[in-house]
Formats: sequence, structure tokens, C-alpha cells
Amino acid sequence: MNDAFDLRMGESHIEVHKFRTGAIIVATLLALVIQSWAPIHFAKAAVLDLPLLVTIYFGLSRRNPSTGLLLGMAIGLLQDSLSGPTVPLGLYGIAKTIIGYLASSIGARLDTEHPAARFALTAGFFVAHQGIIVITRRILLAQPEPWFNMHLAVAALVNGIVAVFLFLLLDRLRKPS
Amino acid sequence: MLQVLLLAVQIKRDSQGRLIRVWTVGAVSPFERAGSYGFGWFRDVWHHYFALQNTTKDNEQLRRELDTLKLQNAQLQGKAAEADRLAVLLNFRQSHGDVPMITARVIGASAGTASLTIQLDRGERDGIRRNMGVITPDGVVGKVVESYANASQVLLLTDKESGVGAMLADSRIQSPVGGQGEPLLLMKYVPNDDSVNLGERVITSGMDRIFPRDLPVGIVAEIKPGNPFKQIRVKPAADLERLEEVIVLLSLHPVDMKKAGEPADAQSSAPGTANPPPTVKR
Repeated sequence: MNDAFDLRMGESHIEVHKFRTGAIIVATLLALVIQSWAPIHFAKAAVLDLPLLVTIYFGLSRRNPSTGLLLGMAIGLLQDSLSGPTVPLGLYGIAKTIIGYLASSIGARLDTEHPAARFALTAGFFVAHQGIIVITRRILLAQPEPWFNMHLAVAALVNGIVAVFLFLLLDRLRKPS
Repeated sequence: MLQVLLLAVQIKRDSQGRLIRVWTVGAVSPFERAGSYGFGWFRDVWHHYFALQNTTKDNEQLRRELDTLKLQNAQLQGKAAEADRLAVLLNFRQSHGDVPMITARVIGASAGTASLTIQLDRGERDGIRRNMGVITPDGVVGKVVESYANASQVLLLTDKESGVGAMLADSRIQSPVGGQGEPLLLMKYVPNDDSVNLGERVITSGMDRIFPRDLPVGIVAEIKPGNPFKQIRVKPAADLERLEEVIVLLSLHPVDMKKAGEPADAQSSAPGTANPPPTVKR
């Protein structure tokens, strides 16, 4: 497989990116560590979902639904494991599996390199991610959970903004095409 | 002309000496003055303009030194704050010497917003087990929900699935206090007929058999009538959003901490004045 190649969808050419060896693993672990470390020192940092942003980024970049799905599942399960026994294994796993699949599928059809597209997609995926978690909690776990609140809207915007800059940083991990 | 000069050499004035001197000084002094001003101007220009090259370098170096000093100052302030916190913890432990407890550092938090947990740097090897109470000198923090070899997870009081047996300090009305996933706790089963005041202290009742009696839980921050119980929101006594060190009560049986004095007393007295307790670790 080449370092980067084009997917031909009709008239448009969408580049599929490969990353430096170990980049995905290191980025994922770093995201999980920062996610569990930052809120201790900056309580507001809890609004971020770095593992989700990493899932979205690699999903959009690799543009392979299978990869996105598996990566989302792995990241979600790791996040479940770090969230304590009150969070059943699979809560984040299910949500991030679906988001990873969706991100890869959309990435294969759209050019997602523009910051505005990245912002909008991340904010949308964040809301979808929270929606899946609420559905899982309500239906599978029978736990009351609000569908929507202002906190969710603000968190989606914040994650979208952070994603624009984080994705630029993660772009540096790509192998040159 | 020569004769005039000779005359000038000879003529002497009372106040200003020989005329030749008066003339010479009069002729030269404007140039001296101009030279002096010119030199002063040149010196000023040199010092305040050309020499600024070095000043700029000095300024940059001083800025760097200032930045370094600021960083060191921040580090020292952090260490001082840590020392203060540890002194409070030590003092608390010393004042409750008969209660087995261990201090632990908070090394992580929940990786998602679905639960409110923290991770401690001590686990089973240090005697920590599930369902042990976790506190700070300020008040209740939560309970251990998972213990690994060298780490443990604590469910914070603010988590939706968390709770503690509590009572109102003044009226002695007992009711469990639970988390809602928000900064404020909820006191659940206080009938509308009972009188509760804003700012009233909420303390542990000991009924959960995890926490000893009379530990601070929080203060009443909001009261609303409900059906059939009041909606009482409680602000936690411990700052659960900024935990750095905590105390784990190393007992699965109810312990009586009242004997050794109130936690508030422990904070106010000077650290290091009490004798080291035999049962305290770390």
C-alpha cells in the first residue's frame, strides 16, 4: 500500500493518508492520559473529549470504515476501562465504534481538510456521540439521562474549536505523500 | 597690532586679571561652551541611542532572567501550597492517631463525563480495599470502588451513583446525601414539614457504615419544596474539583473519629505539635 493514494468518487479525488509508525497508538494513549489527567488540574477541561477527537481525526483521515470502526471500538473500550466500575464496559465503546465508522464513511466521500469542515463535523459527531450514550443509558441501562442541555451545545462548540487546532497538530504525524 | 597685544599683556584689571586673559577667555569660551554642549549632546546620543544596542541585549537577558525567576517563583508557590496541604493532612492524621488511615495522591480522573471518579497512587499493597471511605480534612470525598495493586479508583460524592449517610448538624435530621453528576449534592428524604436553614452544616451520620459520624459533608446551599420531600442541595465541604491529596480510611468497620477531636480543630492547630501516631502510614 502506498503512503497515500486517491479514492476516486465520481469526479472528485480524495486522498487517503497514512501515518508514521506508532503514531495512532501514541496519539491515542496520549489523548487518554491527558483526558484523565487534565481535569484534576483544570476542572473545565472535563468538557473536552480528546479520545473522541482522536477517533474522529483518524477516521476522517484514513477514510476506511473498517479501520475507523475498529479504532473507535478500541479507544472507546480503553476509555470505559479508565472511567471506573460505574461505567459499564461498552458505553463509550459502542458510541465510539459508531462514530469511528461514520467518520470514516463521511471522510471517504467528502474532503474534510478544511478547518470549517473539521469544526462542523466534530461538533456534529460530538452531539451524535452524546446522543448514542444517552440512548444506550436509557434503553440498555434504564438510567435517566437528559437528552439535550446547554452544556452539551457548549461542549460541542468547544470540542469543535479544539479539534481545528488539534487536527492541524495531528496532520504532522502523516507520512509525506 | 603687536603693540596692542603687548599692552594687553601688561594692562591688568582689578577684578579679571590681565586684559589678554580676558580677551582669550572671551574668545575661547564660546567654543568651549559649544564644544561642551556638543559633546554632551553626542554623549547623550551615544548613551541613549547607539548604546541601546547593549541595553536591548541586557533587556532581553533581564527578561529571560525575570521569566526564569517567575517560573521558579511559581514552582516555589506550588511547593509551598503543597507543603501547606500536606501539613494539614499530617495534622489531621496526627489528631486522629487511633484511626488507621493513609494519605494518597490523586493521579488521574475519569476518562469521560459518564462517571465522576479519581484515581489514587495507592492500592491493595497499601491496604486499600473496596468500600473504604476517602476524605480530606475539609470533608468527605467518596469511597473506593476499585482497588488494584498500586492504584485505586474512588467514586466521588458528586457521581450519580454515589451517596453517604448524612444528617443536618443542628436539627439532627437524618437523610442520605447523593450525587447528581453536578457540583451540588442532593439531600433526598427530608419531609416538607421539617425545618431546614440555608447554610446549615451537613455531617455524616455513620449509618452507611463506611464513614464515621460527624465528618463534614457540606452545607445547605438551596432549599425547594418538593413532593413529598424537600429538594435540598448541598455544597460539598471538600473541594472535589481540585483534589490533589486525600486520606483513605483503612477500615471496613465504622470508626469513631470524634474521640480525637473535630477536623476543623485539627486544621487550626499548628502542624508537628502532636506526637506521631503509631497506626499512620506514609
